[in-house]
Amino acid sequence: MSKHASILWVISLMSVVVLSACTGKRSGSTVSGGSAVLDPAARRAERYASRPIEPAPPPDPNRIVIGVYADLTGDNSTFGEETRNGVTLAVEEINKRGGLLGKQVEARFEDTRSDPQQARNVVTKLIQQERVVAIIGEVASTISLAGGPICQRYGVPMISPSSTNPAVTDKGDYIFRVCFIDPFQGYVMAKFAAEHLKVKRVAILYDNSSDYSKGLAQFFGEAFKKLGGTITNVLTYKPQDTDFRSQLTTIRAGNPEAIFIPGYYKSVGLIARQARELGIKVPLLGGDGWSSPKLVEGAGGPGKAIEGCYFSDHYAPDDPAPQIQEFVRKYRQRFGKTPGGLAALGYDAARVLFAAIQKAGKLDRAAIRDAIASTKNFPGVTGSITINEFGDADKSAVVLQVRGDRFVFVTRITPETAMATTQVSRGRTRR
Amino acid sequence: MIEAVQVQYALGQMMDLSTLAQQLVNGIQSGAIYALIAVGYTMVYGILRMINFAHGEVYMTGAMVAWLGTSQNWFGVASNPSVVSVALLIGCAMVTCMALGVLIERLAYRPLRHAPRLIVLITAIGVSFLLQNLALILFGADPKTVPLTWRTLQLGAVSLSVGQLVLLVASLVFMAGLQLLVKRTQFGRAMRAVSEDLQAAALMGIPYDKVIVGTFALGATLAGAGGAMTAIFVGAPVTPYFGFMPGVKAFVSAVLGGIGNIPGAVLGGLLLGVIEALVGGHPTLSTFRDAVAFLLLITVLLLRPTGLLGRPLQEKV
Repeated sequence: MSKHASILWVISLMSVVVLSACTGKRSGSTVSGGSAVLDPAARRAERYASRPIEPAPPPDPNRIVIGVYADLTGDNSTFGEETRNGVTLAVEEINKRGGLLGKQVEARFEDTRSDPQQARNVVTKLIQQERVVAIIGEVASTISLAGGPICQRYGVPMISPSSTNPAVTDKGDYIFRVCFIDPFQGYVMAKFAAEHLKVKRVAILYDNSSDYSKGLAQFFGEAFKKLGGTITNVLTYKPQDTDFRSQLTTIRAGNPEAIFIPGYYKSVGLIARQARELGIKVPLLGGDGWSSPKLVEGAGGPGKAIEGCYFSDHYAPDDPAPQIQEFVRKYRQRFGKTPGGLAALGYDAARVLFAAIQKAGKLDRAAIRDAIASTKNFPGVTGSITINEFGDADKSAVVLQVRGDRFVFVTRITPETAMATTQVSRGRTRR
Repeated sequence: MIEAVQVQYALGQMMDLSTLAQQLVNGIQSGAIYALIAVGYTMVYGILRMINFAHGEVYMTGAMVAWLGTSQNWFGVASNPSVVSVALLIGCAMVTCMALGVLIERLAYRPLRHAPRLIVLITAIGVSFLLQNLALILFGADPKTVPLTWRTLQLGAVSLSVGQLVLLVASLVFMAGLQLLVKRTQFGRAMRAVSEDLQAAALMGIPYDKVIVGTFALGATLAGAGGAMTAIFVGAPVTPYFGFMPGVKAFVSAVLGGIGNIPGAVLGGLLLGVIEALVGGHPTLSTFRDAVAFLLLITVLLLRPTGLLGRPLQEKV
């Protein structure tokens, strides 16, 4: 009895914190009567109008320089590598077709090593020294939350290819993303667990130091309970931990039918190994933080601890749709690897940005921001991209299964079904 | 039967006995690693009254060598893992770390033998950063996993992988060997003499420089074994920063047990491991695993400033 009471207590505390954070953000803006007729860009601009933009060096007029910040050598370096490859492919393609506005496009890559302070430094460098016109990055939400406010302060448009925590685009009207957000992603795995795997009892183990993992754990828990399931235990870890047995032992005692681990691949592999060594045989579930070629390696190799587990991702490389197969073919030809979800999103983010620069017709950062905000039905590899009033993209998610060293498509879940069954929202009202 | 028995945990939580037994095994296994690193801290402190902050990086080096060995298939350890090849690989890591320990002592600490203690301490931190960044240049920062997996043994209600069992037994053997070496050999006697009073030992004709370098070598060898075994038997992903947290935890273990005291370091390591397992597995306290561990350290130090097995301080006037 007391066990449930304490879990409830933790979850309610978590939701109180999130709710208060949301109200805090909303209190800064005022409700305006005419907002309903304004387009999304204007509505967002209005909301952040009170924040002054500090002067930044104007963009280089001779070339189109875009900045990319990503983890190239840190804990999540396959994320950075895939993003860099995706962006590189898009840049090479546009230059082959004559560039943008008659100018060649150049991408400058900076390494964040998954360190928020390093991210602040390199974003400032990209703006102040490289004089970039816009910025793409980061993958991890915690890092995007560090870099975003700097882009906002200097009025440089930023597109995060793959940060899914809702708070990322709350940092200002210059900040966008081309992926779905975690309330939806949490719902996707909850629905998958409840309806596809038909499980009733799930334990959660999340990375306490990551905004992404924390948010996804909470959203999954809420959605899974709405779908009639029970959360047996909620435990946490830190990314530098190498011993997860104590948490897993408690999870084992709760006898769950699946474990949701919304962490990054480095820890997930080891968690999977230790779970199997403790005799836990139930499927493990995760989010797009698993989407790395290193996931299987960390779990002891193909066919070992993580075999048969499921995670949500942005696209499936084995999807027969022609635009996906075309992208997979080009990427393989250029880099010799199969592109994961983060490579596809890097590619899409760059192409959305190029389309916006083309539409703006000039290297004016405010005009480019407005052009990004008005993106509608852009044909991305990861699905059709429409930027909504929050700067996010409403897209569908796929669930992939680990088989050997490949990730195989299982099912696709769309936002429409999410809205219909559980009223997934961002934890605040849409205006 | 055993599952039905519930014991009091903390904050009104209950836990059955099989879970408790499993948590104790989990804790002793991670504690054994802390102990292996902690004896290195404690021996160096006992002799030089300095804290070798680069010790965690030696542990990381051991893990890196283990990964390098498997990725290059030394002794056929990756293609055809056997008792001999895995033992040889751990031996390689230990020898490398021993050499590294000697090198650190000769290049960084010996020139500062008569310098104020603070300068040596700052040098140790510098060596730690140097080794981290060296590993970053040589191996890159992406996590590396040794691709070996181990069968699980079911001992009653407790699950234990073969790797964990080997790790546990090997650590105990290493620590027993160390205790024998310190108590029963000529070198051990010299070590104890130098730790008692360096100047007096020197006057008695003990070659204290050799004893000091030997102590560093010994500590580094054990840390290397710990690192290699963590990489091989636990499967922990190795990065250049792999040694930082275990280094800090091992330092805590050494202080907990009474710094300068070898059995104390072992006791401190095992104790910290078990406490971490119990807190980390607690349904509501798991987030505070590190915090509770350090809170305990503060409490022990308030009650027993010299640690659990430390001798009371003798002020020399």
